[in-house]
Amino acid sequence: MKLDSLIPAPLRKPAKPGEGNGAKGAAPTDLKSSPPERPSDAQRLKERAVDAPVDVLAWVDQRTAASGFLTGMLYRKVPKGTNWFYTLGSATLVAFVSQALTGVFLAMFYTPSATQAYASIAHINNDVFLGQFVHGMHKWGSSVMVILVFLHMGRTFFFGAYKYPRELNWVIGVVLLILTMTMAFTGYLLPFDQRSYWASIVGININGTGPVIGPYLSDFLRAGPELGATTLSRFYAIHMLLVPGAIIALIGAHLYLVVKLGTTAPPWMKANKPKAATPVSPLNASSNGDAG
Amino acid sequence: MSDEADKQNGAEAGRRADYPEPDPPGYFEGESMTRRRAFTVAVQGLGGIAGAAIVLPAVGFAVAPIFHRGKERWEAIGPVSDFVEDTYRQVVFTETVSIGDAGKTTAYIRRSSKKLGEEPGQFVAVSNRCAHLGCPVRFVEAAGNFICPCHGGVYDFQGRRIGGPPVRPLDHFQTRVRNGQVEVGPRYSVTSQLEPVRARDPGEFTGGIWEYLYPPRPSTFPPPSS
Repeated sequence: MKLDSLIPAPLRKPAKPGEGNGAKGAAPTDLKSSPPERPSDAQRLKERAVDAPVDVLAWVDQRTAASGFLTGMLYRKVPKGTNWFYTLGSATLVAFVSQALTGVFLAMFYTPSATQAYASIAHINNDVFLGQFVHGMHKWGSSVMVILVFLHMGRTFFFGAYKYPRELNWVIGVVLLILTMTMAFTGYLLPFDQRSYWASIVGININGTGPVIGPYLSDFLRAGPELGATTLSRFYAIHMLLVPGAIIALIGAHLYLVVKLGTTAPPWMKANKPKAATPVSPLNASSNGDAG
Repeated sequence: MSDEADKQNGAEAGRRADYPEPDPPGYFEGESMTRRRAFTVAVQGLGGIAGAAIVLPAVGFAVAPIFHRGKERWEAIGPVSDFVEDTYRQVVFTETVSIGDAGKTTAYIRRSSKKLGEEPGQFVAVSNRCAHLGCPVRFVEAAGNFICPCHGGVYDFQGRRIGGPPVRPLDHFQTRVRNGQVEVGPRYSVTSQLEPVRARDPGEFTGGIWEYLYPPRPSTFPPPSS
């Protein structure tokens, strides 16, 4: 059985023009030969079992018409010259998904309280099965995500992929960059050890150096004049609820625009020249100063 | 807003003898907008009110701490005889309650010195929070300076900046004497001339026009009158 048969027809890769069976399809070679054998019950059951997942997908597809969207997205055309640099966005997405998953599981053991946060992190690291590993994935994964975001941004910049008509996607990307930095900043306080405590103090104070609104902004972040218990729960809420929701929504918009607008070719690819030689207009010929 | 249905509105009625032809089409006499438009505006307005009823309290709840000033705290740090004029004594006390050790802060305390032109009989409490970005500074006895480990900020004996990136002198705490005990109170910042001003966060200039560019926050206490 080929795997292809498990994919419902609408989701299969569309045939290139001139290929595939199409409407004309290969006709049965011999219609009048011996009648087909009646399949046994077991054989019929097997066929039904094989068809079941296809039927389920077809049932969903009939009610959502999702296949058109999915084939359009999965089999969209990419320009010539697409290379490994184009995977940085997907890599960032994978990093985000990894952060979301490990974060959910860390939240099952973490206590966002000034007096218990440090102890709960120690509990995760020392007692919980694979706790140190999952915590490590989340901790190092955050750095990986920040690095990937910047590499992805650099790729977009140097390939000129931010230009018309993709400016809005650049803007969304910049907001996502800021949100990612917010995640990294608010997450840093949560272990509530000396390092995270002082790093957050320095970070909040850098915030406060902005003229006029800076002082109020740092009071807002701290929930008061000094870093305290409410600061931790505030950072926890921003880190857990506010920013992840915004990031998911904006990633959706980001991806929609990528699929809608398509990707750019790398700058070193030349546009296809028309095959027929362009007729030289008398105007050009004379301006070239060529004999003629 | 101005689709065909709007313009047809009342047109049929107008054909009847007892109703006037609406002019402009879609508007009845004395009306300034079509009914469709009136309902659209009303429904959008109601939706806006409902949305504001949810969003405004939530935002206010999150922003309220900016305008909240905690209770003034005074903590006794030792008898008057513990402190001298020519060097500092390091004390640790609680600045923020209910978060355990994380709420503690360090101050360097001495008696005021006539030689430095200070009012006698007072106690000077210098905060160890660096005025650059809030790292903890240390008083180095041999040099008579405060030195910050993070980015190399240096302050003189009175806490005035003499080197590195800090933007103003070290903060002070209010002091008083009760029952023979020296007590430290709320934090305040000082200008480069050591004049008391409302407490500022590290990295924020004080004095002159900076008092307006880095306005005092409602959550801080008024400075002691000098």
